[in-house]
Amino acid sequence: MIWAGVLVASAACYGLKLAGLSLPERWLQDPRVQRTVPMIPIALLAALVATQTFSAGRHLVLDVRAAALVVAIVAVVLRAPFLVVVAVAALTAALGRLL
Amino acid sequence: MSFGAISTAAGLSLLQTCALSVLMFTGASQFALVGVVGAGGSVWAGAATAALLGSRNALYGVRLSSLLDVRGWRRVLAAQFVIDETTAMAIARDDPRQSRFAFWVTGLTLFTLWNLGTLIGALATHSLSNPKTFGLDAAPPAAFLALLAPRLRAHEPLAIAIAAAVVAIIVLPFVPAGVPLLIVALLVTLFGVLRKPR
Repeated sequence: MIWAGVLVASAACYGLKLAGLSLPERWLQDPRVQRTVPMIPIALLAALVATQTFSAGRHLVLDVRAAALVVAIVAVVLRAPFLVVVAVAALTAALGRLL
Repeated sequence: MSFGAISTAAGLSLLQTCALSVLMFTGASQFALVGVVGAGGSVWAGAATAALLGSRNALYGVRLSSLLDVRGWRRVLAAQFVIDETTAMAIARDDPRQSRFAFWVTGLTLFTLWNLGTLIGALATHSLSNPKTFGLDAAPPAAFLALLAPRLRAHEPLAIAIAAAVVAIIVLPFVPAGVPLLIVALLVTLFGVLRKPR
């Protein structure tokens, strides 16, 4: 089941890349498309941050992941590289569980 | 490396993890798919989120198509490299020849490093008995945050991000895992299409 999702999603992502290179330019030059498409990753990434930090299944929870997110926000504000942001967040959660 | 570690910790096999980096090769979408699966959501909710996140690559393709001028098998290959980083490197050059060079070099380098890193991260995590001990469940939100931050350099994106996070949390208890993301995607699309341009 996971394999099917992996393959279908990969095909969809490749199809979108190829479509951008291949479709007539004016199709995607519509101002509404140009305005809306960049908003989608912003909204989805923000929703992912929120749901993956404050939920366990369908329950809202507050645990060490919230502390890890605060540390990650500090790292991002300080313009830390990607891997550092992820590592300090994981480290915070790991230490939080030890205490 | 972080993708390999997060994907394996989410329960994907080594082969599935590496397949995502080779076949999908667009970071945010990959993290989203494994993030949704790891949080107990359906793989189809994850796949839909990944595809929605991949929509921006189509716009990159539009900007790149005149610069690259690729046809036939070259276009089939070039398409896989149409991502944030290659687009940024290609459009930053003044001369189309330099643009093409920057696109291919960045694409090939990142593809190689990204897949190598995925394998190393996945192998390292594969041997851990309980990834939670190492805080790996806190890694995906940090990864999403790091991917989001460069897009928040203005007031409107920041407002959209906050609104999206709030909506996702409000609907979360009432729908299956992963579905809040699809609701947010639908709402932001409606907002973008219906809003009067300034």
